[in-house]
Amino acid sequence: MLKYNERLIQFGLLITAFSTIAILILIGLFILKEGLPIILKVGIKNFICGVNWLPREGEFEIFPMIMGSLWITAGALLMSMPLSLACAIYLAEFSTTKIGKILKPTIELLAGIPSVVYGFMGMVILFPLIRNFLGGPGPCILAASIILGIMILPTITSISIDSLQAVPYSYREGSLALGATRWQTVKMVVLPAARSGIIAGIILGVGRAVGETMAVIMIAGNAVIIPDSILDPVRTLTANIALEMSFATGEHRQALFATGIVLFIVIMILNITANLIAKKEVAK
Amino acid sequence: MYRFILTFTLIPYMMIGCARTKVETINIVGSTAFQPFAEKLAEEYMAMNKDVQINVQGGGSAVGIQSAQSGVAQIGMADMVVLPKEAGGLNSVVVAKDGIVLIVHPDNKIDGLSTQQIQQIFSGKLKNWNQVGGENRPITIISREEGSGTRVSFEELLLKDVKVSPEALIQDSTGAVRVMVGNDINSIGYISYGFVTKQVKTIKIDGVVPTLENIREGKYKIIRPVFLLTKGVPVGKVKEFIEFILSPQAQQLISKYGLIAIR
Repeated sequence: MLKYNERLIQFGLLITAFSTIAILILIGLFILKEGLPIILKVGIKNFICGVNWLPREGEFEIFPMIMGSLWITAGALLMSMPLSLACAIYLAEFSTTKIGKILKPTIELLAGIPSVVYGFMGMVILFPLIRNFLGGPGPCILAASIILGIMILPTITSISIDSLQAVPYSYREGSLALGATRWQTVKMVVLPAARSGIIAGIILGVGRAVGETMAVIMIAGNAVIIPDSILDPVRTLTANIALEMSFATGEHRQALFATGIVLFIVIMILNITANLIAKKEVAK
Repeated sequence: MYRFILTFTLIPYMMIGCARTKVETINIVGSTAFQPFAEKLAEEYMAMNKDVQINVQGGGSAVGIQSAQSGVAQIGMADMVVLPKEAGGLNSVVVAKDGIVLIVHPDNKIDGLSTQQIQQIFSGKLKNWNQVGGENRPITIISREEGSGTRVSFEELLLKDVKVSPEALIQDSTGAVRVMVGNDINSIGYISYGFVTKQVKTIKIDGVVPTLENIREGKYKIIRPVFLLTKGVPVGKVKEFIEFILSPQAQQLISKYGLIAIR
């Protein structure tokens, strides 16, 4: 009887686990089915490398949006990498348990703030600051990078802390016994040992930045241009889909699904890379 | 733990139980510009008719047309100057008219612009407020997203063949355009007349001030109709609700909220 029960539970869990994969495959197939015809019609090269997005004239080329996503993601990374690494190193290696108990939940709380709130903060606080001190219209790559940088901070920090803490304590003891200071130990022993975990965390952060929509729509300006400076507004791939989907019909709708295909592929590549790097660490 | 999970899975079912009472449901979907007014009208109507439940949803004019076509919504809302070909075969009733006004920051010295100046600003030919008699400041154009009912109507009525500059900032709702213009002294945008607040300043177009009187008397030209769309001739409660919106009482409410009554 017990054995039978055991099998039933196992089978139930199997079905649940596979349903997740099935959902992923169904979503992938659906997006492909809706979006592929227009990509083939416009031509892959034109669709990805062309600069004209004029849905009502039937011109669907998404290069400005790809550039927009790239710029904002790079900016966000530049913003959050030093902060989150410093935070992780401090929390994992230097802080007392007491401070750690306050700081870590606080950082994780950042991940719980809804993105609309981040977007609104950007509109009300960042826009006037940027306009008055740096010029430009306000909504721009810089504003979006700052806000997204804060949004991906908790992801990178908590994964980095985990991988730093996973480094065996004997490594540190060995280094300290050889006469290295604590900082030298962190820099030359702990960080290199935890490298792949930290990189995986950064890639997951990038994935979040590329996929973020709501806050970006509110603060990036959404102009379909290729930016000359970090004070220019841009439109990201996600913003393009979310902005126009509710109004789109026919080929325009297909083109938005095609934008989704590009986004899907980018995020899949990022996640697979993160997994491969994380796996390398385990194997080592 | 099990009990905990079980309780949580059961909560949605209990909610379904709550919602199931004997009322007829009417779904109204579409234009975000008319949505708040439709909500107020629905409240009024439901206060008088307890046996009807009216759900109002936004989504945009195109969604309104699609939902009416597919039958998801009994009534679709669309506020475009000309209904697109997707709306073919739907029964349409004009229930109100809505003015589109140009707005600037309250501190902007500009009082009015000509149609030609507006076309040149939105196409990106004029880049500084001093080219139209204002201070020496760059112009920031704030537009709506491609396909929005407000944008389509604005382009059709005012810009004609002129295209909005690709450098224009795009916001995805009337409220967001208002916030942006209210916070940036360099900016210019366009929204529904009913949404104007003290945050922003409306300007004259070709010398005509956008007021309810001017709009009603036809002096102010930038107006668009609000359509309610139904699949086939409306019957039953749907018909009664549309008749209510067209009644003098509801039309009075409509003009109180800042739209233009049609009767």
